Amino acid sequence: MRISLFITCYNDTFFPQTGKAVVSVLEELGHSVEFRPAQTCCGQMHYNTGYQQEALPMMRHFLEVFRDAEVICIPSSSCVAMIRDHYPKMAAASGDAAQKLAVKDTLPRIFEFTELLVDHLGVTDVGAFFPHSVALHPSCHSLRSLKLGDRPARLLNSVRGLTLVELEQSEECCGFGGTFAIKNADVSTAMLSDKVRCLLNSGAEICAAVDNSCLMHIGGALSRQRTGMRVLHLAEILASRNKQGAME
Amino acid sequence: MSSYVGDAAKAPKFQTAAKALVQNTQLRHNVKRATGVIRNKRAKVVDEMPDWEQLRDSGHEIKQHVMRHLDFYLEQFETNCKAAGGTVHWARDADEANSIIVGLVKAQQAKEVIKVKTMTSDEVRLNGALENAGITPYETDLADLIVQLGEDKPSHIVVPALHRNRMEIRQIFLDKMNLSELGDQPEDLAAAARNYLREKFLRVPVAISGANFAVADTGSVCVVESEGNGRMCVSLPRVLISLVGIEKIIPSFQDLEVFLQTLPRSATGERMNPYNSIWTGVTPDDGPQEFHVVLLDNGRTKVLADREARETLDCIRCGACLNACPVYRQTGGHAYGSMYGGPIGAILTPQLQSMEHSQTLPYASSLCGACYEVCPVKINIPEILVHLRGKVVERGDAPFEEKMAMKAAAWTLESPEHLEMARKLGRIAQRPFVDKGVISHLPFGLDAWTRTRDLPAMPAESFREWWLKREKETGV
Repeated sequence: MRISLFITCYNDTFFPQTGKAVVSVLEELGHSVEFRPAQTCCGQMHYNTGYQQEALPMMRHFLEVFRDAEVICIPSSSCVAMIRDHYPKMAAASGDAAQKLAVKDTLPRIFEFTELLVDHLGVTDVGAFFPHSVALHPSCHSLRSLKLGDRPARLLNSVRGLTLVELEQSEECCGFGGTFAIKNADVSTAMLSDKVRCLLNSGAEICAAVDNSCLMHIGGALSRQRTGMRVLHLAEILASRNKQGAME
Repeated sequence: MSSYVGDAAKAPKFQTAAKALVQNTQLRHNVKRATGVIRNKRAKVVDEMPDWEQLRDSGHEIKQHVMRHLDFYLEQFETNCKAAGGTVHWARDADEANSIIVGLVKAQQAKEVIKVKTMTSDEVRLNGALENAGITPYETDLADLIVQLGEDKPSHIVVPALHRNRMEIRQIFLDKMNLSELGDQPEDLAAAARNYLREKFLRVPVAISGANFAVADTGSVCVVESEGNGRMCVSLPRVLISLVGIEKIIPSFQDLEVFLQTLPRSATGERMNPYNSIWTGVTPDDGPQEFHVVLLDNGRTKVLADREARETLDCIRCGACLNACPVYRQTGGHAYGSMYGGPIGAILTPQLQSMEHSQTLPYASSLCGACYEVCPVKINIPEILVHLRGKVVERGDAPFEEKMAMKAAAWTLESPEHLEMARKLGRIAQRPFVDKGVISHLPFGLDAWTRTRDLPAMPAESFREWWLKREKETGV
């Protein structure tokens, strides 16, 4: 299958290793990955902050870039939620019939990374090896908008060497919320403190998620507080291999 | 016309109020504990319902239907209430509601009124209006009484004194009820309140209530509660006045079937409210012999006019969204500057004021979606929050730095060339702040992030650069 990667603007800029991991996992599974260099951003930050007019050209651009892509893989649940939940409304409000059609045509071809693996490709074991204990933070969009359910956990549970530890109050928001983290820094930090407390109680070495945005937030506190715990996008765990070639 | 929502127009910005509140350790402890208890109770009694999702859908549909035909149902309610011996008054705004109610109380030559379950009266600042007219209002709902005696403000839609713990309540009672001693057990506190209130129930001739529902096809009003104090208020005094927001209308008595299941389970985690009072007009020689309903608009028809946000009026004030909200749980309700706190307050308060005040409230959310998940009438609060943010921006009321930053970001994200250029500049600009791949302080507004959190430095190579290089090398 030819899979087109929408890397997302912040993964492209801040977390290229996540993109490389997605490419590695998909290629390892025998698929070919393409990257359309014209892509930029889905418009989520502008849309959610109230700059809906500014988000409109980004939607148009996205639809144009991926017009004829067979399958679009997005390693970020909040960007997928932006496209699925808001593009139809934005297109309808723009009064542009062609845009409405383009959205309708594009939506079924959009997959968040774990949706692509589990639902579309039917894979939960990607042959990864990762001998660490991991706590999974089910990000809000993955949980309540995409309703990913146990897809991320099933993928992690199939990783050799990995121990998935339980995280208390896992469904609580980490307090990121895009510009919320800046506009309401005090409340955001209070929420983050609760999340960090639960993560540390879990005893895990690593906090994983399907969104680098939440992980940047959680990781920012883990690093500042010198906790010795780090964050990792789920794709990077799935991309890790036993270098010696021997499993178990 | 003056539509106001309590003192919300004068309230500080959400983030300013929140900053002080998140440092109040006692309050945070109280709020987290109390919301945690209610959340767990709610989850238990919701999980046992096989048709919960259908009930939510039904509630949503009934409310949506009412909002589309509100004019019809309001008049139907008026006709039926009058036919049963009630009097119906229409109040365009807060001031009108106050002058109607003060006039009604004065007509009885009453100097005191007892009140129950009427958040709407806080909305219109009724207590102030009564006091200005020389009338003393007594709150009789236990939590409202604690708030009134403590000269405090309600912090939760259902549990107004949620931010207070037992010890604090004991102290308030000791100070304000002129008691020489008082135990600290729930029974002691309830007994003290009972002594204080009973005498008023029996003596005061006029009561003012709110309404959970106003039933159009029978002209009935419904109040649900846990203590029985509401039952006393709506049955003992000679005159009863109910202040009812126009959105409280439901078409038929049968529709209560849905809401009397979803409301108690969502609000307090009870299968049924201990007291469900439903009355229709006046019954000779039984209960109040004079009954007035004041139907209040106060900005509601303006909310109704906005299709995208109309759902806000569907709210049945269960407070489940507050208990589920990770923002509310850190700050409590006072941060919202309104008797309507939490996620529903964040969308209701600014809209009732035509978006002219409380503009920071739509931003008081991480858009995590927990509120929508628990809402018994399926109000899509996150969507409405975003819609209202759009209105704030459209009005030109967003902060200047934010507008500039968003403009710059929009230009950056317009094309890959711009993005690449911005990245190159960013890599140079970040140099003085990067230490071992991490940024721990940033200047200007960005320190809001770095005061409590590190930021990863922008790596030397973006994904795009890596990909293009790989493509060149492998010739793919």
